[in-house]
Order: sequence, then structure tokens, then C-alpha cells
Amino acid sequence: MTDTTSGLPGPEPLLSARGLRKAYGSTPALDGAGFTVDAGEIVAVMGPSGSGKSTLLHCLAGIVKPDEGTVRYAGRELSALGDAERSALRREEFGFVFQFGQLVPELTCLENVALPLRLAGARRRDAERRAAAWLERLEVTDSGPKRPGEISGGQGQRVAVARALVGEPRVVFADEPTGALDSLNGERVMRLLSAAARETRAAVVLVTHEARVAAYSDREIVVRDGRTTADLTAGAL
Amino acid sequence: MSIGHTLLGLLEAGPSHGYDLKREFDARFGQDRPLHYGQVYSTMARLLKHGLVEVEGVEPGEGPERKRYAITDAGLTDVAQWLRTPEKPEPYLQNTLYTKVVIALLTHRSAEAILDAQRSEHLRLMRELTRRKTEGDLVDQLICDHALFHLEADLRWLELTAARLDQLRTAVVVA
Ligand SMILES: Nc1ncnc2c1ncn2[C@@H]1O[C@H](COP(=O)(O)OP(=O)(O)OP(=O)(O)O)[C@@H](O)[C@H]1O
Ligand SMILES: [Mg+2]
Repeated sequence: MTDTTSGLPGPEPLLSARGLRKAYGSTPALDGAGFTVDAGEIVAVMGPSGSGKSTLLHCLAGIVKPDEGTVRYAGRELSALGDAERSALRREEFGFVFQFGQLVPELTCLENVALPLRLAGARRRDAERRAAAWLERLEVTDSGPKRPGEISGGQGQRVAVARALVGEPRVVFADEPTGALDSLNGERVMRLLSAAARETRAAVVLVTHEARVAAYSDREIVVRDGRTTADLTAGAL
Repeated sequence: MSIGHTLLGLLEAGPSHGYDLKREFDARFGQDRPLHYGQVYSTMARLLKHGLVEVEGVEPGEGPERKRYAITDAGLTDVAQWLRTPEKPEPYLQNTLYTKVVIALLTHRSAEAILDAQRSEHLRLMRELTRRKTEGDLVDQLICDHALFHLEADLRWLELTAARLDQLRTAVVVA
């Protein structure tokens, strides 16, 4: 982990961004945002609605190209990669969990979780065996043979977490993963997501406006009007 | 809530008599519990003793209400220190946090910074409770959750306040 207390430069963070600017037409979404996350670290991204949290996440994941600024992942600059390389990176090294609607409705939950592995070239039986292990770990084994329309929202989010983690990504991007759930199910998703991420040493970029969800992180950053406030540990005023 | 710091903060805006200080305090923060004169004068005596205020002038006549107080450099430092230090997270902080935000706006400091520092302090405790909860048994979980929901309520109020700072600034500065 980067040593933030001594002020000495640590090793380069796994994922970092500097001076990100992004406007949609005349609407500024990011206005000089920065970010870092180390391997195995869970960072919560908080801030008011419309402040730019999702845009920041999309830039970090290489889904959206910033107008200005740089994103570095594992020593490489995302903007220097071609589209094909960038999507390979997203497929192989990143995992995604959104608020809802991310599972393919025509596939069973087991097939959904196996999908990233199949896309990466794994054989069906192998992929489904690993997918089943992740469903069990997320406590949704029973959902395996069902389609996403036949399970509850809380179960669906746990299936989605299993799908995000099955490829053992180095970074998980989660945008309001508990946003559509009640407290009990939200807690369960966060408990399982954070435990699995810690075990596999995946970094997590966790966008949430809920403090109880952010409390599963190691630290938080706040986005306000497209700008990020640095880590606000005491005395930073 | 710290009456001493609040009175000091009000004095930062300009020198004032004890009586006017009490009136301003009551108007801004004393809806439920206006200050007693005795409280004002014992507090001012203490601030005076510690060199945080000085007597700028005394009107002719008798009694402490004739003294006109001004904040000293040590007093300014004290207000800044108070505003900068987040409160220990505990239930029913609203009074203190509201007071700090209003004083920050009155003295042209960043109220957002106070809110952010407090959020960070709350989250620090919430992380600890979450860790205890995930490692503990059902009883630990229930106890920690109770505390977590209370802390979250504080924070939600903070977020709402942050979102309304511009409105509050207008209301406070013209009040
Ligand atoms: N695809 C888009 N086209 C146009 N404007 C957009 C687009 N995406 C975001 N914006 C605008 O950019 C700003 C930042 O949006 P963003 O979605 O990043 O906010 P957010 O912090 O994630 O908000 P929320 O908490 O509501 O999800 C907003 O003003 C939003 O309206
Ligand atoms: Mg969003």
C-alpha cells in the first residue's frame, strides 16, 4: 500500500487518475478530478447526486474517454491503448457491478456467471464449475438454474457480484451496488463483496451515497462539482 | 455545545456588549434554551482570564453588561481550532454541528470543510463498528447496527445541510 503518512512517494498505485475533465455538451461532469487505489484496497466514492461519481468511475474503467487528464492502470496509460486493447483490459482485469439490470435475461444465473469465462475462452464445463463455486460463495446456489427474472433483487445483486468476481479481476468497479436493495440485503451484498475482494486482493472502486455501505471501505473520497476532495483525515482543513 | 466557543465565534464578527452577545446567541442558537445572563458573564470572565477576549471599553455606569468585548489573536486561533477539530461521533450532535456551520459561515470560513472533516470522523468509527460486526456474533451485529444507523442519520443530515449551504449562508448572513 502507498504510505500516505510519511509523505514519501510509495510504489505506483494500481489505478490512478489525474486532472480528469469531462463535459457532456455544456454540462461539466468532471472538473479536475483525481483518484488512486492500491491493489486490494477498497475506496468509497461519495458525494451528492450529479457531482460526477459515475462519470469518474467510467473514466477510470476506460468506458468513457476524459476530455483532459490521464488514467494509469498497472503502469500503462489508458489513453495510449487502442480500443481493442482497452476492451480486452475491461474483460480480463476489471469486474463490474451496477445498481441493477446487468444480467442477461435469457441466460440462467449460472450461465450469466460463467459468461465472462466463456468469453475469455474457457470450456463450458470448466466455466460452469467455477461459476457454481462463486454462486455458492455468494450464498445464491439455488439461483443457479433460474433466470434473472425469477429471483429477487437481493439475489440478483449477489449473482452480479459473483459474475464480477469470477474472472478474478484486479479491480472491481461497483456503482451503487446496493442502491436498489433494502438494508438487510444491502448489508449482505457488501459483506460478501468486501470479503471476496479482500481474499482475492482485488481493488474495489465503490460508488455509494450510503455511509453504512461506505463503512466497508478502507477510505473514502468525496466528489463535489466534478472535483475530488483528497482524503479527509483529521487536520486536512 | 460549547457556549464559550460559540460566543467567541460571534465576537469574531465584531466587538460586542455582553447583553448583545446574549441576544444574538439566543436568536441564532437558543430557540429551546436561551442563555442566562449569569452564564454569559461567567463565560466572558473565563474567556477574559484565558486571554481569548479583552475589554475594549466600558460604558459609564454599573454592572458587567456595560463592558464591550473584543476577540484577541489567541481567541481567533481558538475559534479556528474548534472549527477544525471534528466532534467525537456520538448521538445528538446536531446542535454542535449546526452551531459550527453557522459560525463558519458568519466568519467566512469553509463550511463544506467542516462537514467533510466530520464525515471522515464518523466514517472512521463506522468502519470500526462494521469490522466488529462482521467478525462478531449476532448480538454484536445488533449492537453495532444500532450505533451504525444513528451515525448514518447524523451523516445524512450533514449531507442535506451541505446541499443547502448556499441557502443557509443567505439566511444566516442576513439574519
Ligand atoms: N451521458 C450523459 N449525457 C449527458 N450528461 C451526462 C451524461 N452522464 C452524466 N451527465 C451529467 O454529468 C453530471 C455528472 O453525472 P454523474 O452521472 O457522473 O453523477 P453522479 O455523481 O453519478 O450522480 P448520481 O449520484 O445521481 O448517480 C450530471 O450533471 C449529469 O447530468
Ligand atoms: Mg451515478
